[in-house]
Parts: sequence; C-alpha cells; structure tokens
Amino acid sequence: MAHDAEHHDHPDHLAHHFDTPKQQFEAGKLGMWLFIATEILLFGGLFVGYSVWRGNHPELFEYSSHFLDTTMGGINTAVLIASSLTMAAAVTVAQRNDPVKQDKRPILILLLVLTLCGAAGFMVIKYFEWTHKFAEGWYPGVKYYEKPSDKSHTWDSHAGVIGVEMTTIDTVDGAPTRGDLGLPDTVTVELPAAAPVAVAPDHFLADKLAAVYGNDDAAHAGDPHGADVTTHDAKHDEHEQTHPLQDPHRPRDAHIFFNIYYMMTGLHGIHVIIGGIVITWLLIKSFRGQFHRDYFTPVDLGGLYWHVVDLIWIFLFPLFYLIH
Amino acid sequence: MSAIDTQPQTPVVVDNYLNHTKGVLSWALTLDHKRIGVMYTISVLLSFFLGGMFALLVRTELIAPGEGFLTQDQYNQAFSLHGAIMVFLVIIPSVPAALGNFIMPIMLGAKDVAFPRLNLFSYYLWVFGAIFFVVAMFTGSLDTGWTFYTPYSIDTDSAMSGVIPALTGAFILGFSSIFTGMNFIVTIHRLRPPGMTWFRMPLFLWAIYATALIQVLATPVLGITLLLLIMERAFGIGIFNPALGGDPVLYQHFFWFYSHPAVYIMILPGMGIISELIAVHSHKHICGYKFIAFSSVAIAIFGFLVWGHHMFVSGQSPLLNAIFSAITFSVSIPSAVKMFNWLATLYKGSISLNTPMLYALSFMFIFAIGGLTGLHLGTLATDVHLHDTYFVVAHFHYVMMGSALIAMIGGLHHWWPKITGKMYNENLGRLGCILVFVGFNTTFLPQFVLGSQGMPRRYHDYSNFLPEQVELYATYHMWSSIGSYIMAVGFFLTAGYLIHSLFAGRRAPANPWGGRSLEWQCASPPPYDNFAVTPSVGDCYDFSVLEWDEKEQGYRINEEARRKQAYPGEVADRSGAEKLDGD
Repeated sequence: MAHDAEHHDHPDHLAHHFDTPKQQFEAGKLGMWLFIATEILLFGGLFVGYSVWRGNHPELFEYSSHFLDTTMGGINTAVLIASSLTMAAAVTVAQRNDPVKQDKRPILILLLVLTLCGAAGFMVIKYFEWTHKFAEGWYPGVKYYEKPSDKSHTWDSHAGVIGVEMTTIDTVDGAPTRGDLGLPDTVTVELPAAAPVAVAPDHFLADKLAAVYGNDDAAHAGDPHGADVTTHDAKHDEHEQTHPLQDPHRPRDAHIFFNIYYMMTGLHGIHVIIGGIVITWLLIKSFRGQFHRDYFTPVDLGGLYWHVVDLIWIFLFPLFYLIH
Repeated sequence: MSAIDTQPQTPVVVDNYLNHTKGVLSWALTLDHKRIGVMYTISVLLSFFLGGMFALLVRTELIAPGEGFLTQDQYNQAFSLHGAIMVFLVIIPSVPAALGNFIMPIMLGAKDVAFPRLNLFSYYLWVFGAIFFVVAMFTGSLDTGWTFYTPYSIDTDSAMSGVIPALTGAFILGFSSIFTGMNFIVTIHRLRPPGMTWFRMPLFLWAIYATALIQVLATPVLGITLLLLIMERAFGIGIFNPALGGDPVLYQHFFWFYSHPAVYIMILPGMGIISELIAVHSHKHICGYKFIAFSSVAIAIFGFLVWGHHMFVSGQSPLLNAIFSAITFSVSIPSAVKMFNWLATLYKGSISLNTPMLYALSFMFIFAIGGLTGLHLGTLATDVHLHDTYFVVAHFHYVMMGSALIAMIGGLHHWWPKITGKMYNENLGRLGCILVFVGFNTTFLPQFVLGSQGMPRRYHDYSNFLPEQVELYATYHMWSSIGSYIMAVGFFLTAGYLIHSLFAGRRAPANPWGGRSLEWQCASPPPYDNFAVTPSVGDCYDFSVLEWDEKEQGYRINEEARRKQAYPGEVADRSGAEKLDGD
C-alpha cells in the first residue's frame, strides 16, 4: 500500500511521477500539441505582419516576388512533402517494431535517414537561394531603402491631398469662414506649367489599383508615364537584367518585402535545423533499438513537430513565390 | 486504513525534500518541483529587491521639483529598469513559477509536474534572461520604458547599447514562461489523481490553469515581436521604423496583444491565492465556487480582446476605440464576480486576522480601487485627458503591485510554514503588512490626484510647469515619496523576520491555518515524493471536519466527521481509489 508506483510494473522509460505508460504518453502528446500551438502563434505574428503589409502595399509584393525563384521554391516544397511522408512512415514502423526481435529496426533507420536527407536538402537549396539573392544585391536590411527625396513621384502625391483638405475646411458648418479670418474667399495656387503634382496622385492610385486588380489599363489611365509601365511579364524580363537599384519602377519600400521574406524563411530555416537535430537524436536512439511497439513516444512527437515545420513552409511558398 | 492516509504525520524529523539529498549540485540539477519552486522564489525575491531599489531612486528624484541627484538620462534608465525588472523578472514569474511550482502539484495530489526536466530548463532560461537584464543594466543604457516603443527603441543615434540585451532577455524570459505554462496545463489535465475532478480542484489551481492558458497563447506573439524589434534595431528591416517606411503603431498592436493578456498573467494567480486565503482564514466554505472558477477562465478569454485600450490616442480608428472600450468594461464583470464572492465568503465567517489574511484584506481594498480606476481609463473621453499621466501610473501600480504582488506576499506567508517548515513571528508579520499597506496607499493615492491635475508620467523634473502647478505637484510627490519609504521599511521588516524564522522559527505543524486542500495533508516541509500514498480527495473548502490539535499546535482532519460528510461519489479511502484507477 505504501508503494503506490510498484502496483504497476515500472519499465525504464516510465518516469517516476507517472502511474502508467499510457498516462505518460498522453501527457507527452498533449505537451507537444501545446508546443505546436505556441509555434503556430510565433509564426502567426509574422503572418499578421505579412498580411498588414500586403494589405496596405500590395504593389511591393507584386513587384518583388518576381525576384524569387519559383523553381527552387517548388523543388523545396516537394522535398519537404516527401520528408513528411517518410517521417509518417517512420512513426508507423516504430509502432510495429518488436521490442525483442527488432524486426523493423533497419527500415525505421532508413526512413529516418531519408527524412534527415530531406531536411538537409531543403537547407542546401535554401542556401543557394539566399546566396543568389545576396549576389543580386537583395541583402536584408536598409541597403535598398531610398530616402523620400530620392524619388519624387510618390511624395508629390501629398500635394493633391493638401489641396483637398483646404477646400473641406471651408465647408464645415459653423466654422469661421475665410472672410471671418480676413482671408480672401478663394485661393489660387499657381502651378508651374506641366507640373507633375496634379497628376501624380492619379498615377500613384492607378499603380495601386493595377497591383490589386491586375488591370494594366487602370495603370495607364491617369498615368503620365504610362508608356513606361509595361505589362508584368515584360517587367519580369526587365528585372532579370536591370539591377534593382537602377530600376525606375521599383516601389519605394521594396526592401520591406525582402526583409519580411528573410524573417519568415529565416525563422522557418532555424526550425528546419532544429527538426534535423531532433531527427538525428531519434536516429541515434533507433540504432540502439530503443523504439518499439511499447515505447515510441519520441518518434511520434518528433514526427508531429516535423509535420508542423513542413506545414509552415506549405504556407510560405505560395505567399512569397506565387504572387501574380 | 484511511485514517492513516489523511492524518498529519508525526512530528519527528523525517525525510523531507530539503534534506533528501545534499550538496549544491543536488539543488542545481534537481528535478523536484519543490526545489525548483524554492529556487524561483529566491531569485524572484532578489529581483524584487533590485527593482525596488530602482523604484526608490525614482521616488527620491521626484521628492522635490528641480533636477535632483539623477540626470535626465539616469532617471530614464532608472524607471525603465524598474519597470522591465518588475514586470518580466518579478511579477510574471512570481506566482505561477515560484509559488505555483511548489504548491500546484501538491495541491493537485501529484508527485511532480508533468515534465520535470522542462521545468528545470524553464528555471535556467529565467536565469539566462535575467543575466541579459543585468548586462543591459551595466552597459548602462536602457531608457525606452519597459514597453520598448518604437521609435525610441530603434533610435540608433542615441547610445542605447542596453536595448538589444534587454530585448533578448525578455525574449528568453518569454520562453521560460511558455514552458512553465505548458507544463502546468499538462499537469492539471493528465496528473490529477483519482477523485480530483475539475470541480474539486482548489480555486488556486483554476487560476493557475487560466494563467497557463494565457502564457501559452499570448507569449509566443511577444517572442516574435521582440525578435522583429531586435532585427529592426540591428539591421533596419523597416517593418516598425517610420523612418524606413514602417509602422510604429503596428508595433504597439503586436506588443499589447501580448502585454495586455500579460496583465492577467500577473493578476489571475494573485486572485487564485486570495480565494484560498479568504476561505481558509475565514474557516468558511468559499462562496460561489463555480462562479469564481469560471470567472478566471472568462478573464483569460476577455484578456485577449482588449489590447487596443492602450492605444486610444495612438491614431486607432474611432470604431475600433469604441469596440475596445466596450470590451474593456466587460472585463469588470468577472472581476466583480470574484470580489463579491470573496465578500460573501467573509460574511459570517470566523475570521482569523493572521498575516496572510491581512494581506488578503489589503488586496481586496487595493484591487477595488485599482479595478474601478480602470473604468476611468477605459472610458474614451476621460482617457484622452488621463493618458500618459500619473493617473495611469497609479492605476497599474494598484493592480500590479498592490494587488498582484501583495497577493504573492500574502501567499508566501500562507505557505511559508509548508515551504520551510518554520513559523514566523506573527506580530511582526502583522506589523509588516500594515506598514506595506499604509506605505502603498500613501505612495499611490496622491498619484491619482497628480495625474488628474495633469502631471505627465516619465518626467524627471517638474519645475517648468506653471508655479501653482509646481507647488501642487511638489506636495503630492513628496507624500508619494514618503509613502515609498514607509513601504520599503515594511518590506525590509518582512524580509528580516522571514529570514529570522528560518533559523529560530517554531517548527510548523502540517496544517497551521486549518486548510483543507491537499497540501495541508502532507508534512511541513513535504516529503520528497509529496505523498507517501496518493491522498484521498474531498471538498477542499469544507472546513467543518477540521479540529484543533493542541499537541500539534495545528489542525487535523476528524476522520469520523469526514466520512459522514463525504458526499456521493467521493473516494473515501485508498481501496476505492484503486478501483477507480482501472488497472
């Protein structure tokens, strides 16, 4: 009676504070699901940041995503999905392994090695992608940030807004009129001949509309430089040769797209590395034959974690590479 | 058979968690939740001392108008470090990680938390995070306030070399908090012994559970926010930096999405402690058990939906302001449910004015003021006037310091005999509590007036206002500073008699106050495995079965009365428990 735990046979893998292996397994599983919830929330913050920026500045994403290599991204997606498959198979095999005969141990090891190759392959491809971006000049950080004075058209657009505000002030009920304040009834703003100020807002809005609706006519409509803004495919070809700094059509905050891209894929890459470490650990324990049908919790939980890492990439891929 | 299980253990010096193994390493590498809890408690109290010293610097600077002994920069650093240390190192881990680690598994009737290694890892993450704060302190410059608002925090022109260490520290502390929360949720779900149903859990456990939910669901967002801010400062990624086309208000949204729920990480466990203290020291069944339990969960849920009330003047849309204001008001409903239930529990109770009970009563008085002044700030029109004034400072000190920390100190006194096995000097304890209570109100009541008269927060010198304002502010600031000294005396006295009790205190009985929850059924201090046998669980607020044991100088359960009171379905003894166990 005094030795509560000894009522049950207490195998090596059962910690002292659990009564049964089932209780321990369920605790581990619940813990892993909670951890996955925190991981999703961690990335959730970045996804929210992405949504806010994409909602407010769709043109950045539309423009910059052409610099990402869809083929490499696609291969990486396939690699990760394949590694998820081998991981899932590894869990099943571990659950069927006989504790004494160890009949499934070789195939468990093979599957884990394949999964690990997937993780490594992903990181290698990612490395080439990033170095390629660096070679093109898209470093993370402020290198490609342009001060407002460097580029006239986006900031000229504010002139139009100021004009609108002046007229609305006059129409507020009960507010002192211009006459009360000793001002002339109308203000004439002298614009220099062929000033871009008046048309600039239209150009800016049209760019935005075109970016949102993919309608190039909208871009041409109010745009004095309409001839320069060609279709997206032509743009794409153009970027292939033009260094981004020389590109006159680069939106002002294009660097932010790349910084979000580096943050999200970078954090995901760190998770892939952690996943690789976990799989290596599982591999070492599998060599020792420690996983079998009575005890496979680490394989099961490691597999869950690996699937989540893959799943996050499944969202990242279309959000960055497949914007059209 | 069952009589042996539930009676207090005999008073010979027996094997307990303190003397089970010896040596520094046996503590540093321990997986025992009790030792980890004790290490957390000591670390948190040391940080509390440090944060308190910064508070005294701030108050001394403000005692009179004009530049005092701190320069403007030093003052900014003093209040930033005070805030950051108190929030991240003291209040957030104080109840869940420190007291909760010790008490929660015992209250639940478990041998340990679900993941003891993860628990130790959390503690070392805490230590690691704290080291970063110390680095930030000695590199000399963290002057952003504890909120790290952009663009202050990304202003690379100023030499704020302490910002990145502090952000890194807070990031690491966040993960410590997440792992503790995960551990507690799994423990409460999976390690409840037979008979411990959800609605037999003491209310402290409900509060800890609700807190853990917030820790797990809100803290990752803080993690990613701080990471983005570190990157923003280090590389200039432009997301939050207005000079690079970024959006500083987006940072505020991210920050408060965590940091408002974090306010409930601070107060909920405190409320859990108060539920225990009020019931045990009134020797009366808690009133409205289910209401208090569910109000904890309700507060946890509401807590996620009100972050925008920190940003009423940040250029949020008026519609959003109105919505956030309305939801903010609704938080007062579950809070009031708790207050009225505690009051109803006191009513006709047999109240013992022990030190823990005095702290509980202080909590109720202070929390009422702290909560009600929150309504002034949740109201859009008045908030525009009160925003960033001393009214806000006073309000959140009433809730975070006067409520959360007072509850923590009350809980420390309540469980001190259990943790250390010693009784402290009761009269000095009462005196300490009164000094803290008087000092606290002297410090912060004047600040409500200061704020409503327009004194802005975070000013190191107020001599440049209009002469009549300066005169008014000087008076209230002086009172406020005097109050902080009274409070300091109270805390030093408390530290003194608690340390003294370790060496010279009377040996504590298993159940000195007459508590009924499971931690009072094991010895003081508890044995290594908490319970020699899995204890039987009854109604943890049914005090009618307790009787005073003159020899023990403590309470014990009258077995005969208990068996009569046992309601249907209660697992009366060990053989029944085994049947339920199912194997």
